[in-house]
Amino acid sequence: MTATGERPAAEIGQSRRRKEDAHLITGRTTWTDNLTLPGMLHLAILRSPMAHARITSIDTSAAKQRPGVIGVFSGQDFKDVQGDVPCAWPVTEDIVIPPAPPLAVAQVNFAGDAVAVVAARSKAEAVDALEAIEIEYDPLPPVLDMEEALKEGAPLVHESTGTNHSYTWAFDSGEAGSGGSIDEALAGAEVTVKRRFIQQRLVPAFMEPRSTVVQPIGEGVTVWSATQIPHVLRVLLALSLGIPEHKIRVVAPDVGGGFGGKIIVTPEEFITTLVARRLGKPCKWTESRSESIMAAHHGRDQIQDLTITATRDGTITGLDVHLYADMGAYLRLLTPGVPTLGAFMFNGIYKIPAYRFTCEGVFTTKTPTDAYRGAGRPEATYGIERIMDELAAELGMDPLELRRRNWIKHEEFPFTTVSGLTYDSGNYEAATDRALELIGWDELGKEQAERRSRNDPVQLGLGISTYTEMCGLAPSRILAALRYAAGGWEHASVRMLPTGKVELVTGSTAHGQGHETAFSQIVADHLGVPFEDVEVIHGDTQAVPRGMDTYGSRSLVLGGTAIVQATDKLVAKARRLAAHMLEANEDDLEFADGKFGVRGVPDSSMGLGDIAFAAFSAHDLPEGMDPTLEAESTFDPSTFSFPHGTHLCAVEVDTETGRTNIRKYVCVDDVGTPINPLIVEGQVHGGVTQGIAQALFEEAVYDEAGNLTTGTFVDYTPPSAADLPSYTTDRTETPSTTNPLGVKGVGEAGTIASTPAVINAIVDALRPMGVNDIRMPATPERVWRAIHGARGGGDRAAGGTVAYGGASTSTLDGGTS
Amino acid sequence: MTKINVTVDGVAYTDDVEPRTLLVHYLREQLGKVGTVVGCDTSNCGACTVDLDGQAVKSCAVLAVQADGSEVTTIEGLGGPDGALDPVQQAFHDTHALQCGFCTPGMIMAVRDLLRQNPNPSETEIREGIEGNLCRCTGYQNIVRAAQAAAAAGVPA
Amino acid sequence: MIPAAFDYVRPTAIDEAVSALAAAGEDAKVLAGGQSLIPVLRMRLAYPTTLVDVGKIAELRGVRDDGDAIVIGSMTTHRDVMHDPLVREHAPVIAQATATVADAQVRHLGTFGGSLAHADPAGDLPAVALALDCEFVANGPGGVRRIAAADFFSDYLTTTLSPDEILTAVRVPKLGAGWSSHYEKFNRVAQAWAIVGVAALVRRDNGAIAEARIGLTNMGSTPMRASATESALAGAEPTAAAVGAAAELAANGTSPPSDLSGQADYREHLAKVLTRRAVLAAAAR
Repeated sequence: MTATGERPAAEIGQSRRRKEDAHLITGRTTWTDNLTLPGMLHLAILRSPMAHARITSIDTSAAKQRPGVIGVFSGQDFKDVQGDVPCAWPVTEDIVIPPAPPLAVAQVNFAGDAVAVVAARSKAEAVDALEAIEIEYDPLPPVLDMEEALKEGAPLVHESTGTNHSYTWAFDSGEAGSGGSIDEALAGAEVTVKRRFIQQRLVPAFMEPRSTVVQPIGEGVTVWSATQIPHVLRVLLALSLGIPEHKIRVVAPDVGGGFGGKIIVTPEEFITTLVARRLGKPCKWTESRSESIMAAHHGRDQIQDLTITATRDGTITGLDVHLYADMGAYLRLLTPGVPTLGAFMFNGIYKIPAYRFTCEGVFTTKTPTDAYRGAGRPEATYGIERIMDELAAELGMDPLELRRRNWIKHEEFPFTTVSGLTYDSGNYEAATDRALELIGWDELGKEQAERRSRNDPVQLGLGISTYTEMCGLAPSRILAALRYAAGGWEHASVRMLPTGKVELVTGSTAHGQGHETAFSQIVADHLGVPFEDVEVIHGDTQAVPRGMDTYGSRSLVLGGTAIVQATDKLVAKARRLAAHMLEANEDDLEFADGKFGVRGVPDSSMGLGDIAFAAFSAHDLPEGMDPTLEAESTFDPSTFSFPHGTHLCAVEVDTETGRTNIRKYVCVDDVGTPINPLIVEGQVHGGVTQGIAQALFEEAVYDEAGNLTTGTFVDYTPPSAADLPSYTTDRTETPSTTNPLGVKGVGEAGTIASTPAVINAIVDALRPMGVNDIRMPATPERVWRAIHGARGGGDRAAGGTVAYGGASTSTLDGGTS
Repeated sequence: MTKINVTVDGVAYTDDVEPRTLLVHYLREQLGKVGTVVGCDTSNCGACTVDLDGQAVKSCAVLAVQADGSEVTTIEGLGGPDGALDPVQQAFHDTHALQCGFCTPGMIMAVRDLLRQNPNPSETEIREGIEGNLCRCTGYQNIVRAAQAAAAAGVPA
Repeated sequence: MIPAAFDYVRPTAIDEAVSALAAAGEDAKVLAGGQSLIPVLRMRLAYPTTLVDVGKIAELRGVRDDGDAIVIGSMTTHRDVMHDPLVREHAPVIAQATATVADAQVRHLGTFGGSLAHADPAGDLPAVALALDCEFVANGPGGVRRIAAADFFSDYLTTTLSPDEILTAVRVPKLGAGWSSHYEKFNRVAQAWAIVGVAALVRRDNGAIAEARIGLTNMGSTPMRASATESALAGAEPTAAAVGAAAELAANGTSPPSDLSGQADYREHLAKVLTRRAVLAAAAR
């Protein structure tokens, strides 16, 4: 695609077109579901149609007789060997972690829980045979509403735990010494604003449905899976199923998006492994979309109770946050930890003297929750950015002025916040000023006033979101303090091949981010080799022995830093060899553009390629030197990185129908030094869109019996191109001071910022009509009801997250005819 | 089983298929044309889009038997024999119109179809023209730009 | 998901199709464009024993002029309907509404007759056909039968076609001089079904509205006419105030569903707003 040629002066900062594209735009892809192995069997999983029930009998005999069927298994068949789907984040010492068998044994706890699996010669035969499995259920009451679930005498999701309460995780700045007493702030407040915000349940909805292929080999297995975490999966397959770790190879081939949705070890990975080993045949499981929406983990789902206090002049004096976080039926890999990440982000970019954060994890009979793009931070940003607008309204102050009065000023960095994190850098003033200029804020304000004065049925609303996020997850020592089971480091190794080409082996496995391109740019600059000469190897535990995988906007901050460190080591080794070959002192060598030269000796020069070949031939190496030119490094950060930015949204709200139309969306993000501006912008685009989708379009809805009524893309509605505007994006660049690249991470920024910008804009449009909140997604009906003071404004419906106070579900209607 | 004759990416095939076999499953499983993918079961996502007798269709909502006697072009059949990219493929690369790439085959087929019918679409026409294809990564921003770039380059019919 | 197994026949003439349908028994289904049926089969919401594919019957495709009506073959695809010159001249509201059906790929295979026979009250075309007073032509073992639109849609996803009949064509009466039309659709995302849709036909005489016909999408278990509004519009001036007053009656006699897209009272409200907008837009053409 791009010819080998002269290197630009610096690769970093260039909008290189992606290396990844070549096979993706031509259909030469390696999605897990594309894989076929000789003798491979196809699996289909039978899922519980009930939210909560005891299994009284399972009869698989008829299914076993169906054509093409090789095996049918239920939880009974694996109950002694299947272990539990692991949770790696027991956030408190006394957390309740219920059993989580991959295949239900005695009880199902959400509609979609796996109860049996068929292995057949074709997928069609496997699916056919599911209909011949007979299961009798003894229904138990569904547990849908978190507050009801915590009441005395409420039905229990898991009888054995004796409670629906998983944990309470708390932080208090007064106790921690990072700030004052929240009780004093509340008692002495001049102004107090309390709000309840609902973070609706979302479906990550990665485009590639999950898929796993397992090939049993001797006592080991090779596992191909659509996962963000091949390395973590390998460790946990070993720990949970007792397969020796060195006998397990995990491959994440092309992975079609994750957004946190592929961050866990799944029951289906366990089930596929168990069946493949039991039958001694390679097995493939690929989910359908409706199966994915029902059974793959969901995100968000919190009730947020916020109290903010301030002086009359608009200086914040305290923030008290209480969350109920819906765990769903089980604790998956990170489930309990996700909402607790909010603890560090509710204070946002503001100087808040006193702060308390309390999070209660609650079990319900719904699909388990876990990470979804942003994971705890979008929820927190939503809460603080929404209540800033409510406080401004209460004070009669411009919401922008309120933010300016309370945010950390550029000259105050580094700044240690009330939740105890030290922000290294930032320039909120610059990003905000640029965003205001780009959107034409003052003009829009005039138009808003004009539309208000003539009572236009289409009102204009202006929304602000000034955010920061903690990225580069995460320092291992902090993870230890948060009781996360693993570390947060990342690994890289770099090797020069004898012909001067370079292989970079990274533990940052990719699923659409563009790692191969961005990492090649870093290597090219640090080794002085052409971009095209770098091959990036990732996503296979046999080729990449160490890695912590990809989530939490960590790949560039951690993986990138590990690469820089490894290339530095490689250059150091090359320097020794070059000095030996040039018969010069190491200190007299200069390294530039991939070549060593002896200072002051113009014609003396030796390229890395020559040095690599010399290392390979090993004819004349310094005493004790290995015959290789490679180096590796592991980076464990000392702190997080803190991207920030200002997002502004202008909406037109048709007050007659309730429809919201985004007229303009402007974002100015500061993600530090961009390695590849084109990729950065693309990440912002996608992130902003997912945040807008939360604000306007998406919600996982359960009916009163606990059935997911938004079970297909007909009812769960990610927006199409026709539902969205073009965005205006820009950047300020304030390099991070805590890593050599100055990068901060960009994968989650847009999602974190955009949701409150949109909702603040809608509320701004309607505030003169007495509206001070809109439940998400702000559907036309909800907006209309809010205007008319009817249902749909604030409170959560009693029967769970039933969206509209009604529980009916239409049959399949696909917008097709 | 029903016998069908289908030409896919320029190669004629005669095969026996079950009537219930979806065109996309026939392509993937019997012909190994795994470049075309399945993203949903309600024909909302468009990831499986191929050309059927010169018009873009969702191959998950077509039975293989319905394609009997037809000509199918998939993402794997685009571009020149020398490996040259189709102008829409090239535009997707140039404008960074893909990230994970799973929706990309269908999206490219949909944009080609749009430009065949409307060589100079407005932004709104592009957005509405690809409303049957979902992407979770790009927010469609650069996909719209890719369509504009391909239109500007003048896509051959 | 994969459909359950079924038998498949593909007749090439209407008579053959009628015989095949009779021979296949009561659990057979006609396969038209398949754009609604195949997703239903994939989700295993239906288990037909046999599909009678009428897709290769040439005489079911195309639009022809038949004097005071145009005749649209049932298997004419949405795309062909949208671009057909006869449709655009004599029934432009069909072209306008068809352009809002699903998406481009679906419109390439989905058919005019298939959509109508599917009889989804949330579909865009049934309300349009009702407003246009179309006539449905069905072939069965007993011969050819014509059914008025008002008698065709009997319930949710149900028509008065008998199981052994095939919808072969739809006769659309030509609108004479003075008529203009508009289809107003309101949905949550571009791909989604209408929460409510309104097809408005208006005949102007000396500036005033002489006659109006209004079809409602998704305001009951079948498409409906807003009869009270139609009566109130007769003789009304095409002003926002007069049309708005008439449109306030648009939900009279309807029984809209409550579902994830909207509760019944919201749909009633939308019907009024959209009827006003549709009639004003039609009158302004």
